Amino acid sequence: MPLVKQGAVVPDPFARVADDAALPEGPALVPLARLLADGLPEGRNAPLGVLVPNAADVALLAPFIGQLAVIVLDFPKFRDGRAYSQARLLRERFGFSGELRAAGNVLRDQVLLMVRCGFDAFEVAKADDIPGFTHALAAYSLVYQPTGDGRRTIGDARRAARGA
Amino acid sequence: MYVHDEFDRAFLADRVADFRDQVARRLSGALTEEEFKPLRLMNGVYLQLHAYMLRICIPYGTLSSDQMRALGHVARRYDRGYGHFTTRQNIQFNWIRLDELPDAMADLAAAGLHGIQTSGNCIRNTTTDQWAGATPEEIEDPRLYAEIIRQWSTLHPEFTFLPRKFKIAITAAKHDRAAIRVHDIGLRLHRRDGETGFEVIVGGGLGRTPFIGKTIRDFLPKADLLSYLEAILRVYNSGGRRDNIYKARIKIQVHEVGTEEFSRRVEAEWAEIRDGALRLDDAAFAAIADRFQTPDFAPLADRPADLTDALADPAFARWHANAVAVHKAPGHAIVTLSLKPVGKPPGDATADQMDAIADLADRFAYGEIRVAHEQNLTFPHVRQKDLPELWRELDALGLATPNVGLISDIIACPGLDYCALANTRSIPLAQRLSERFADPARIADIGRMHINISGCINACGHHHVGHIGILGVEKKDQEFYQITLGGKANHKARLGELLGPAVGEDEVVEVVERIVDTYLALRAGPAESFIAVVQRLGVEPFKERAYAAG
Repeated sequence: MPLVKQGAVVPDPFARVADDAALPEGPALVPLARLLADGLPEGRNAPLGVLVPNAADVALLAPFIGQLAVIVLDFPKFRDGRAYSQARLLRERFGFSGELRAAGNVLRDQVLLMVRCGFDAFEVAKADDIPGFTHALAAYSLVYQPTGDGRRTIGDARRAARGA
Repeated sequence: MYVHDEFDRAFLADRVADFRDQVARRLSGALTEEEFKPLRLMNGVYLQLHAYMLRICIPYGTLSSDQMRALGHVARRYDRGYGHFTTRQNIQFNWIRLDELPDAMADLAAAGLHGIQTSGNCIRNTTTDQWAGATPEEIEDPRLYAEIIRQWSTLHPEFTFLPRKFKIAITAAKHDRAAIRVHDIGLRLHRRDGETGFEVIVGGGLGRTPFIGKTIRDFLPKADLLSYLEAILRVYNSGGRRDNIYKARIKIQVHEVGTEEFSRRVEAEWAEIRDGALRLDDAAFAAIADRFQTPDFAPLADRPADLTDALADPAFARWHANAVAVHKAPGHAIVTLSLKPVGKPPGDATADQMDAIADLADRFAYGEIRVAHEQNLTFPHVRQKDLPELWRELDALGLATPNVGLISDIIACPGLDYCALANTRSIPLAQRLSERFADPARIADIGRMHINISGCINACGHHHVGHIGILGVEKKDQEFYQITLGGKANHKARLGELLGPAVGEDEVVEVVERIVDTYLALRAGPAESFIAVVQRLGVEPFKERAYAAG
């Protein structure tokens, strides 16, 4: 699956590591259960990320937030929207500032919602979708509700218009 | 009513363009039907038995006369000349072509209308009292809060792929006309110590597993409305079941974890966000309240001579007693337009009727129209002196059947005539019942009576809360109907009780008539309503007689 960041395909340096496999030297993604069981590997400089199932309580990640380079959240089907809530909590409550990656059934027509919830990297399911990402992200000049993405809301615009 | 500002209009234009692009990609094959389905559903487009259906959102049931004309235009230009008003204060068109959908939506958007979130597993149209802003019973106009919820929930990025659809209803009157206890969230506006706030009710719903909602908070300050809703939705989005479509509504989550635990989770989540960006300050309320245009009611006296003279006409007097309700402003009245003429499908209106209704609203009703969840229309503000003339006009249009709240004011789902899910037909049964109970004097004598018909277990006709509930079931390719008695959707909401075995399609009307005759025989007097008799005596006496002749 191509990895897209800021509208462009980029190389993915992270290797997915199974529960019992040895950690590689380079950047690695480990399952949440392994992170919780083993804690952060000691004496390792390469970036570490975690693969989080969408039923997990992301509060479990709180002790590791500052040490994680990537958190990968899962959309097993695009209609299963649990990871949207996980993403907002990680960004807005737990202050995660690393790469928040959407994996699974990641499609063009959901990418704006994902960005608004805090995702900034996408393992895209259909390569044909990629050229449309920029268009999808620009489809709405205004949004109604505030989220952690800081996008200007219609409420902000109204306040500015009244103040003017 | 709320008038869109430049920002609402810009958003809507973006939405129309977005959907036009999605339809183009579907037609080109870039999107599979599976991928397209939730996108079209989010815009109110269903694939039904025979054609695409377009459901238009009527926010909390309020329409301007120009918007009604736009609906008439769509019915005429893109459909077969009629539309169907729904139990959620929306309207659906049943014969729209996919390639014409974007144009129909653009025409609607020009009048500030759209199909956003009338379907799909997202937050749907927030519904309210069709008498909002007009009834003397309410403590405040609930539409302000419904509009605030509309804006917050529109394309909410976190809550667009919920486990299942999500419906919110709100009332500010003592008598609940919005059925808040059978919604995913029900909000009851009330006052405590001079402050306005909400009782928050969660987990009500009908469908195959009906529940009356549970109160999880007696009093929520209005400044906290959105943060509290966001907390409930987050708890549901994270923890609601997704393994079984029939167990995915919030009512099942509330039932399985228990009201207390569910409430605890919501309160814990809310504590984290209540002081955040969703807190509503006075400026936030004012920005939206200022967009509501409310009529300047002329200073008039009650019961003007034009009205009292006309009451000498028994036909007018009958309609007046049935379809006209008390308004908060002296000299004014609330008028219900019955969309339940004898022998016709409940809730349908033709394009010509829509145009005529719009003109009447301009002449007599300050240009404002409401859709009631009972599938009737309402003119919320009419001068009493105009009532006789309005009645003559409505009568000529077939919109003055004096059956509001009576036995032939039937709520029915579209049923097997349109719906891909239905097991049985609903509309023909409603038509036959209305023909059987066509005599205005007889139905007035029977008094208050709600019949609700659902063509399958999904309960779109709300049969569980009908005084007489009728549920279609299929047995060996035959249509049968189960009958329940004693349901209510109001502030004392309760679910109906099963009468007995399902009856065949050709017997239902007879059985209903025997139930009615039983009531008439058993009531203490004309003041004792059907529902009161069912509550006093239970279903047993009805059961004995309903099946007797069979």
